[in-house]
Amino acid sequence: MATIEHNGKSYNVDEDGFLANGMDEWDDNWVDYVKTVEGISELTDEHQKVIDALQEYYKKNGIAPMVRILSKTTGFPLKRIYELFPSGPGKGACKMAGLPKPTGCV
Amino acid sequence: MAIVKVDKLAKSVFQGPSLMTGSYPTKDWMEVPAVFKPGNFAYPAKKEKVEYMNSQQGLSFPNAREWWPEDDDWKLPENWKEIIINGLKDRLDKFRSLKIFMDCCVRCGACADKCHFFLGTGDPKNMPVLRAELLRSVYRNDFTLAGKLLGKMAGAREMTVGVLKEWFMYAYQCTECRRCSVFCPYGIDQAEITMMMREMLHLVGVGINWILEPASNSNRTGNHMGLQPHTFKDNVDFLVDDVENLTGVRVEPTFNRKGAEILFITPSADVFAEPGLYTAMGYLILFHAIGLDYTWSTYASEGGNFGLFTNNQTMKKLNAKMYAEAKRLGVKYIIGGECGHMWRVLHQYMDTMNGPADFLEVPKSPITSTVFDNAASTKMIHISEFTADLIKNNKLNIDKSRNDHVYATWHDSCNTSRGMGLLEEPRYILDNVVNNWVDMPENAIREKTFCCGSGTGLNTDEIMEIRMRGGLPRANAVKYVHERYGVNTLGCVCAIDRATLTSLMNYWVPEVTVAGLTELVGNSLVLEGEQRQELDEGLRTLV
Repeated sequence: MATIEHNGKSYNVDEDGFLANGMDEWDDNWVDYVKTVEGISELTDEHQKVIDALQEYYKKNGIAPMVRILSKTTGFPLKRIYELFPSGPGKGACKMAGLPKPTGCV
Repeated sequence: MAIVKVDKLAKSVFQGPSLMTGSYPTKDWMEVPAVFKPGNFAYPAKKEKVEYMNSQQGLSFPNAREWWPEDDDWKLPENWKEIIINGLKDRLDKFRSLKIFMDCCVRCGACADKCHFFLGTGDPKNMPVLRAELLRSVYRNDFTLAGKLLGKMAGAREMTVGVLKEWFMYAYQCTECRRCSVFCPYGIDQAEITMMMREMLHLVGVGINWILEPASNSNRTGNHMGLQPHTFKDNVDFLVDDVENLTGVRVEPTFNRKGAEILFITPSADVFAEPGLYTAMGYLILFHAIGLDYTWSTYASEGGNFGLFTNNQTMKKLNAKMYAEAKRLGVKYIIGGECGHMWRVLHQYMDTMNGPADFLEVPKSPITSTVFDNAASTKMIHISEFTADLIKNNKLNIDKSRNDHVYATWHDSCNTSRGMGLLEEPRYILDNVVNNWVDMPENAIREKTFCCGSGTGLNTDEIMEIRMRGGLPRANAVKYVHERYGVNTLGCVCAIDRATLTSLMNYWVPEVTVAGLTELVGNSLVLEGEQRQELDEGLRTLV
């Protein structure tokens, strides 16, 4: 399994760089790391709102929300989510929030 | 122009380079090893997923471990070769079709240029005949007299780690679409050969995560996405809100309802991701419009079956919940939604795997009284059969102009077209719900349809180049009708298609979007009491 080092802390990640142990290993330092690789210049309350919404939903459902639900709970249209997370809600926001990526017919 | 002397040309044809490429193979195909590099293989199945599957009753997924295709050592069991050869023997004894397919190929090559992966990659081992030879050569070596005596001269070769790696590469560059089989004079089913190679690879712990994770999700939660019952219901309820916003009509689906007349099962992606969500809205609208007495199930919450892409036992186990739930709820029969490979399982295997479903009735439309004798045995009909019959009997109030933003063409999904002969119903529906649609050229539709390039669980992003190459023939045909007629919508009845054709179109023909058929049906329906907004993009309009 691959590991990623950031500010002296190491994380187990999967092939696509998602946290292998999900939210168990998630912390602010991880958010800072994904911010760097995502090319996000400054983390705002809006980013935080998306992260919180994702984590809260995940705790209740064991899966990432469908994008429309994420839009509804945060109040951000998909376009705005892409502005906040250039790689999109899955590869960007879910990665930052420590959620696994969804599989199946998607 | 003077042509070269006959003996020279004959020599050139026989020994010279390809006229097309100027190059020629320097080695026999058996001596060209499979080389793995980033982008040409899907990630191996995660250890914990393999362990979970192996722990389940009736399933066997041995040798859970971490491994990587680029490594020399795949950490195979010590007696891996014995396992494979015994596995092949078992299957030859069990499946007469496999034995015939191993014996009867005359290597005529009719299949060679019919495969989308061969057309897209130019790799000779993607010619179906040669892909099958990867297995057939081993069969000859260990199971035929000629092979045992003559070895390589008879096209036989010993099973080695290199051969195993070749199987892994090419069994996962085949989508089991069976276009090649249409052209095979013997009707050899290449999909079954790929299935056998994949099954045998699983015997030694070689599989891919994009298939095994959905399969394990489906075993655990009832669906590939891993939607738990409350999440599944929430998602459908969310779509109910959307439908109300768009049409002003509140539809009222039920879940796990005993005594409903019909159980409805569709791929879980329909209630999770775009553009399948719009198809799901279409189902909700259609069933509401006719007042159908039906229920969704949060247990049998998946139409698709990634077991088909792993092995028979998994396919059977995952499929069993359909009949089990139908029996528990006491429904009369089942309607299945828009999914491709699901219908190969339902149409060709379910009845013998998990039937007979003698507790169900032969499907009869409660609206038209049409009896679907074609499903007399399985007791499960396709949504398009059901819808086409409603239209034929004039039971739907349709306003075609609501789809005037659409100029459609039709993608026959491999499994519904070649696997169950669903060719006319979708076209009949299109005739009746959109004003503008046109078929792609003859060689790219109906039985000869081209695959999306990402079926059989190959719809994962790490092999995107292979997917785009494999999908090129399909995209090329779409591009033709786009340029010639202004086609902007590619219709289909498959959840994998809805996801993968979207990527394919974005890449090759970005002007074209992908829509499920029932989305177009739902969008055209006039509902009683509706207060429909101006929907420029139909059900996709943001309001």
